[in-house]
Amino acid sequence: MSSSLELSELVEEVTETPDGRRLGVLFWVCVGWLALNLLAAVFANVLPLENPLTQNYNVVNAGPSLHHLFGTDDLGRDIFSRVVFGSRVSIEAGLGSMLIGFGVGAPLGMLAAYRRGRFDQILTVVMYVVLAFPAIIATIAILSFWTPRTLLKIIVVIGVAAIPLVYRVIRTATLAVATQDFVVAAKVQGASDTRILVRELLPNVAPIAVSFLLIGVATVVTLEGSLAFLGLSVAPPTPSWGNMINESRTILQLNPWLALFPAAAMCLFLLALNFIGDRLRTHFDVTEGKL
Amino acid sequence: MARYLARRLATLVGIVVVISIGAFYLIHLLPGDPATVILGTGDSPQNRARLYAQLGLNRPVIEQYFVWIKNVLRGNLGTSFISQVPVWTTIRAALPIDLEMIVLSQILSFAVAVPLAMASAKRPDSWFDRFLGAFSFTMLSIPAFILVVVLVLVVAIKLAVPHTGVSSYVPLTQDWVTNLESMALPSIVLAIGSVTVYYRVLRSDLIATLQQEYITLARSKGISQRRILWRHALRPSSVALLGTAGVNIGGLLAGGFIVQYLLDIPGLGYTLVNSIGLSDYLVVQGIVLVVSVGVIIINFVFDFLITLVDPRIARE
Repeated sequence: MSSSLELSELVEEVTETPDGRRLGVLFWVCVGWLALNLLAAVFANVLPLENPLTQNYNVVNAGPSLHHLFGTDDLGRDIFSRVVFGSRVSIEAGLGSMLIGFGVGAPLGMLAAYRRGRFDQILTVVMYVVLAFPAIIATIAILSFWTPRTLLKIIVVIGVAAIPLVYRVIRTATLAVATQDFVVAAKVQGASDTRILVRELLPNVAPIAVSFLLIGVATVVTLEGSLAFLGLSVAPPTPSWGNMINESRTILQLNPWLALFPAAAMCLFLLALNFIGDRLRTHFDVTEGKL
Repeated sequence: MARYLARRLATLVGIVVVISIGAFYLIHLLPGDPATVILGTGDSPQNRARLYAQLGLNRPVIEQYFVWIKNVLRGNLGTSFISQVPVWTTIRAALPIDLEMIVLSQILSFAVAVPLAMASAKRPDSWFDRFLGAFSFTMLSIPAFILVVVLVLVVAIKLAVPHTGVSSYVPLTQDWVTNLESMALPSIVLAIGSVTVYYRVLRSDLIATLQQEYITLARSKGISQRRILWRHALRPSSVALLGTAGVNIGGLLAGGFIVQYLLDIPGLGYTLVNSIGLSDYLVVQGIVLVVSVGVIIINFVFDFLITLVDPRIARE
């Protein structure tokens, strides 16, 4: 009798989703927006878009119309098409550098937190020294000397700069899990280190990693935009959001659309990333630690 | 306390050494022979000899570092082969502009963020708190370079406010009123980024502090809300705020670069971007070194401020 009562209580607890635990409509709107952006970037070539590089001097600096949804720039190029193709640079930079940052930083962070001892101490000191470097200035510095600039170099520089940050977050997150009973239990049962890392720790660290990854991508997209704005990213005529906003500087008065649309596209993209990242973090109840 | 600071100082020196190695090595990232690239059109036997004396380029790489750092420690960062001006002279002329921008923006940020965070923390989840939360979250997603373009478009072009547009910078020594007017827009852009971060950090710490028992005690003694917030709750809640502010400085400088570049304000960022465009690598190297070391020193100062606010941190 009592056991069945407990069971029913348990079932109720599982099926019940308290208000705070729900992800909310806005979360899914943001997910949809991101998915739309990603799809557009991937399939930009097969979509019925104008060539983003084709210049048409008959329609220079035109406002939005049915022919050109977002208008045209000072060389008569279609802004809508350039915004869509431009998202590729941002997305590639964001995902690519996070791939490097997480590929190196996350395994090291987990291993250091699991192993502890000398390995952890040395690695953590090294990472903190690297972290003390003003990353943005280091990125600008390296890219100004390491010519000619390509997207791959930008991805590598930002990705390497992200390693210590990822390391710190993942290490802190793993530390919180590594001392818990179920890990000790697995160890007592004779599970191998690899098994504990992959089967016990990874699933618990993954939510934090994903939320940090999204916020990281947003940070990198901003950084790449800033670099483009300073003329340190991919060279024109390749469209990127940063490049387009930079090109609009000189004709701001004449054609504000040129600045407005890439800026709006970028802000909405960043907002969606940050919102999803933040929501996931609170959803999994992750405390930020010492960030 | 003294031991803590000594240890922090030792770390500081270590990091500065690492930074100097990094700044030194930048030259070797240049494609091909660094001397040829740096000299560019100014490649004459005379200039080449001067550059070799500055960088020790004919020696092994490790010795080159010591030749270079010896020069740097004497205040000799080399002479630009493009403008013929010593690099240090260029930096000294530009640096005060960055300092002014940062100081102005930080005064503004704290003046706005602290009262807002208090108003939010007083009644968490009130409509005011929710609105500010959503608003600051949105602002966090707007990069500085977009903000500055939009503000220039609205304030300088549409509203035509004087001394806010591109190239309207006036030196402080020439006319301080006009100088402040021309620095208003860049400082505000930088401040907006800081305010959103400071507000969020301080708000959550204040909420935690206000739940402490000594606050309840202070309340029950009949101390006013205002006094509780400013005299009792602010100090213990500001450790994370100061830490964030210290870390924020690096980003602030980079944000400053962008604003200067757009508005033609001849600070370090503007000089840096111009020098990159002109392939004036010695100037770029000098600015990178000075700015990186500056950021590290500012971080150190904030670490020190934190120990003043909460001396327990130095004791652990």
